[in-house]
Amino acid sequence: MLKVNNLSISFIQYQAGLKQRNLQVISNLSIKIDAGEILAVVGSSGSGKSLLAHAILGILPKNAMVSGSMLYKGAELTPEIQKKLRGADITLIPQSVNFLDPLMKIGEQVRCSAGSGNPREKQKSIFRRYSLDEKAENQYPFQLSGGMARRALVASAVVGGARLIIADEPTPGLHPQIVRETLGHLRELADDGCAVMLITHDIGTALSVADNIAVFYSGTTVEIAPTADFKGSGEALRHPYTRALWNALPQNEFQPVEGFQPSHSGHLKEGCLFEPRCSQSSQECKCSTPEIREIRKGKVRCHNAT
Amino acid sequence: MQLRAENISFRYGKGDWILKDFNIELNQGEILGLTGPSGCGKSTLAKILAGYERPLGGSVELDSRSFPSKGFNPVQLVFQHPEKAVNPRWQMHRILRESGCQDDSLYRSLGIEESWMKRWPNELSGGELQRFCVARALTRQTRFLIADEMTTMLDAITQAQIWHVVLEYAKQNNMGVLVVSHENRLIERLCDRVVCLRDNAAGRT
Amino acid sequence: MSEISAVTRDSRNSKFFKFIPGLNRRQRTLLMIASSVLVLAAVIMASLLLDNEKIATHFDEKNLGPSLEHFFGTDWLGRDMFTRTVKGLSLSIYIGLIASAVSVVIALVLGMSAATMGKTVDRVITWIVDLFLGMPHLVALILIAFTLGGGAKGVIIGVAFTHWTSLTRVIRAEVLQLRSAEFVQISRHMGKSRWWTAFHHILPHLVPQFFVGFVLLFPHAILHEASITFLGFGLSPHKPAIGVILSEAMKYLSTGMWWLAFFPGLSLLIIVRAFDIIGENLRLLIDPHHAHD
Repeated sequence: MLKVNNLSISFIQYQAGLKQRNLQVISNLSIKIDAGEILAVVGSSGSGKSLLAHAILGILPKNAMVSGSMLYKGAELTPEIQKKLRGADITLIPQSVNFLDPLMKIGEQVRCSAGSGNPREKQKSIFRRYSLDEKAENQYPFQLSGGMARRALVASAVVGGARLIIADEPTPGLHPQIVRETLGHLRELADDGCAVMLITHDIGTALSVADNIAVFYSGTTVEIAPTADFKGSGEALRHPYTRALWNALPQNEFQPVEGFQPSHSGHLKEGCLFEPRCSQSSQECKCSTPEIREIRKGKVRCHNAT
Repeated sequence: MQLRAENISFRYGKGDWILKDFNIELNQGEILGLTGPSGCGKSTLAKILAGYERPLGGSVELDSRSFPSKGFNPVQLVFQHPEKAVNPRWQMHRILRESGCQDDSLYRSLGIEESWMKRWPNELSGGELQRFCVARALTRQTRFLIADEMTTMLDAITQAQIWHVVLEYAKQNNMGVLVVSHENRLIERLCDRVVCLRDNAAGRT
Repeated sequence: MSEISAVTRDSRNSKFFKFIPGLNRRQRTLLMIASSVLVLAAVIMASLLLDNEKIATHFDEKNLGPSLEHFFGTDWLGRDMFTRTVKGLSLSIYIGLIASAVSVVIALVLGMSAATMGKTVDRVITWIVDLFLGMPHLVALILIAFTLGGGAKGVIIGVAFTHWTSLTRVIRAEVLQLRSAEFVQISRHMGKSRWWTAFHHILPHLVPQFFVGFVLLFPHAILHEASITFLGFGLSPHKPAIGVILSEAMKYLSTGMWWLAFFPGLSLLIIVRAFDIIGENLRLLIDPHHAHD
């Protein structure tokens, strides 16, 4: 459904005064999502995962420069096509219910995004599907409970019949029950043949629903692994960072790793970006940037992975 | 030393009672967890305990005395969103210095780089900023730390990194910590004792 | 009110220099500001350099149309209109400068106090703001200027006391929001006093509002100075003020002496626009949302 090849994004920024510089924030990123699949994109803040979503939707700020290719159903995503597909074929489930228009009744908001066909009919059926009662149709967002507002948010995102759904941190700090419900909706959508990209910093959320997990580090994917590989003390995982992330969970070892993720404000060094924090680093890791390669049905960007 | 809230009640304006006759106590050196569903008043309670809000009924006492209204507050609160907790027009070194703490080994153990000091808040990621907020709150005068969803927005590695430092610091300095989180597994991992706040404010240990 | 609308208006100014390749937005913006400042400086310099003799009465040269010798022509007393216009404009700039500086200071003090000094003070100040905003600018202006007996003093005080209102509102709202910001509250709990946080945390955030507000008040002050002078409540007729020139020119328009009103009017427009451009471009430079465009 969606294939991203060697995507790089950089920003032109002003330094002190009039000089401009180029910041590379995403480098050589490749992912692919099939119909019926949920791909979770997991990474810490500042790893560039939200930018990927913005790039796919074509809503990057003006000073961004994009290279590489993005294919949607085999066709190149150009700005014109993105504009046409955005909100129709490709849709975004935003972070917070504050993205609902506070001054518009729920029913109307959902009808607004219904696109072609009979909006009222579509809205009624989507309301039934997400068990929003008739009353909610004529209510404003502030009158809904937290869980209902979430459902309304999902409803208005998918009512237009989108095939590719991007959920950007859809469950930050929410009640576990609402989290389960929202993730359940994503699963249903995928089972209906949609492709779902779930962006989150919380690996627990990702594991509970996704088929595959793409792990971001400093603007690129270090590993793409099937969810089933996240078990035990992470022996099945391919990249040391993924393993560290898994072992840092409070329910596992709660084991931190020294150091910090290299940021883009400095220039990125040669070699593997995780090398300074990695316990298995070698001379090769210092000098050459590892290419992404396929190992045991997953992908990894590490010289030492087996 | 003990931080103690007795029979506190709170509501915003004329709304429903968020807390009603609620009791909680936090001892020196204790790591206490506070959980509960969202909207049950966890954050409000955290703010009351740190003196950011005054309870409408009942009292919050530090060592059987009411709160000092001036000077450095020995109960420090760390918020969920570090971007809001720092002045965007201040450089990082100034933000750190505001609390008067100067402990290089603490900075190092939190993974704060020397080169970050000259940066502006918008040049750092959330995880990096939160390290500064934690470092800023851990001063010699801090007797209690209230962590309101302190690491909810962070990745697992940074979360573990920060908590290891905080726990170690608490042990060394006999500081009490209240861990407010909806993440039960984190609370289980960190805390000696857990208080669960239920809806309608009738929470019990 | 319109300084707020000017702040929210999308600026097309900085596109003006797009035809020069190889410049980034920030350079273009600075170029716009620099050229506007240059125009204003030129006007003030010229008014100092031009000889007062030229605006003395010369009956042998009266009612001449624009020529190389008299760019803007001469009037019915043979005074050189170019010199009068330039001197009038520079007078307007002086008056605008003082009036808007005073207004901005009033706005800052009242806005800060409304937001920090408790409910009663806030209520009183908001009430006064509403009172002034509820009255048409010009009426209040005429009233004040007239009571003070006209002249430069009357105009300056009149303009200053009528233009602080909208900026006060903006600053009050900003301070209210900042005061409840987490970083300000945290600072208070680190033992910093109210004044310390106001000075170190809140004030720096107001600097951009302050400067942009100041520059955008300028055109208003100038236009209002010209209008009340035009109506006869402002500067005395002996002064080479734009308002005076325009009101006199009215009488001669029907006799076909178009240049008397046309050139001074156009110059006024250019000066006002120059200030507007400076203000909007300053705002663009400061605004973080556009900082890296």
